[in-house]
Amino acid sequence: MSIMENLGIVYALLGASIAVLLAGAGSAIGVGIAGQAASGVVTEDPNKFAQVLIMQLLPGTQGLYGLLVGFITLSKIGILGGNLAAVDVSTGLMILAACLPIGIVGLISGKSQGKTAAAAIGIVAKKPDQFGKAMLFPAMVETYAILALLISFLAVNGIQI
Amino acid sequence: MHDLEYTYAVARIRALEVSLLSQSVIEQLMACKNERQCVQILVEKGWGDGTGTLDAVDMLKREEEKIWEVVSDLAPDLSVFDVLSYNKVFHNLKAAIKIVCTGVDNRAVFYNDCSISGDTMLQIVQNKEFQRLPSHMAQAAAEAYDTLLHTGDGQLCDVIVDKAALEAILQAGKDSGEEMIEHYAESITAIANIKIAVRCQKTGKSIEFMKRAMAKCDTVNVEQLAKAAASGMDAVKEYLLGTEYAKGAQALEDSPSAFERWCDNRMMETIKPQKYNAFSVGPLFAYVLARENEIKTVRIILSGKQNDFPDEVIRERIRDMYV
Repeated sequence: MSIMENLGIVYALLGASIAVLLAGAGSAIGVGIAGQAASGVVTEDPNKFAQVLIMQLLPGTQGLYGLLVGFITLSKIGILGGNLAAVDVSTGLMILAACLPIGIVGLISGKSQGKTAAAAIGIVAKKPDQFGKAMLFPAMVETYAILALLISFLAVNGIQI
Repeated sequence: MHDLEYTYAVARIRALEVSLLSQSVIEQLMACKNERQCVQILVEKGWGDGTGTLDAVDMLKREEEKIWEVVSDLAPDLSVFDVLSYNKVFHNLKAAIKIVCTGVDNRAVFYNDCSISGDTMLQIVQNKEFQRLPSHMAQAAAEAYDTLLHTGDGQLCDVIVDKAALEAILQAGKDSGEEMIEHYAESITAIANIKIAVRCQKTGKSIEFMKRAMAKCDTVNVEQLAKAAASGMDAVKEYLLGTEYAKGAQALEDSPSAFERWCDNRMMETIKPQKYNAFSVGPLFAYVLARENEIKTVRIILSGKQNDFPDEVIRERIRDMYV
């Protein structure tokens, strides 16, 4: 079995990898940034641990979205069941294209959300009673990750194999 | 340095800012009948060494130490804070030169919480090892030493060292790459030039002396300022009205203490946007300035209460708070 015969599968796998890799990297960066800020606050005031932990977790969702799209893709091409589907090159490229939105938006929004969460942790540090409002700011960034997830999800699902 | 390097530090500073003294605490201190009551309130706010000691001098000293303990614990790069420590280092240089040249050994005048401690500075000056000093200091140190030794003119020695200090602060501000620190350095230098002009005008110094004492900066033209000072106080105020220090001219008219207060309040206004900055070294720098400002204000109140000054006299000198 040559790689040229399975190029479609290769492209589809590349798509799944991009979705998981980029979105996961975005979340890792975002959670890292927010985690630094959370550590700063907890150093001075350990009572705020629960509040800042929630803030830190917010940028973690992009990684889950990427994982979801990756799972669907793997399931679609039969890798999960151990029964590889016949995927031609054009279908493989379509799956790759379908995975791009969550990969790229996941990376960018994860980092941005991490920075926003770090800033919001500053609000919690000074005014813990404003936790609800503070959480809204990083949550706004989430909208765009969800939009990207929606398109990737619909596109991967819509591709007929 | 990358701004994100300061994420942890800024968040910790945000938590620490909660314990900064607000204007209402200052009012509380003002309402106290005596120094002891003020100190009691400050102890309740966590000031001092935590043992509940009511000695005001020790408490203020401990608070100053705490600032740098926090900063050295937090900042990934302490060199950006050089701009704040130069005053102390150059003060040590002046003191060391005077001790060596006059033979009067008074080591209590030294600051030891800076990059070159008093003893080290004294050793450098005694052995004339000026090359051991940073480049921006070495030449001024040698010149000031020779001047004092040959002329015995302590004021001229001070002028040389103070000017070098201002130039070093300006340069450190530019080198920091932080807009806020650069702005701080520029303000410090410009305000020092204005103070020199005012004092020289009052003591009738020549234009040449003023030019020798002032450090060139962007927001104040030292040539024009020196000329104005030679013409009279009204000319100084008129010159300042055409600069960004116009409100300072008004304060100058009121009293020297009003001008000092205006300088500090202006600095607080400048750093206030850092309260909303989540990254970069700016909030750390602002925290240091805010702490120094509140310690200065508390010292003014405590001295006022100790000496039974009327409230109006103390109030005239109280600075605006950062929070």
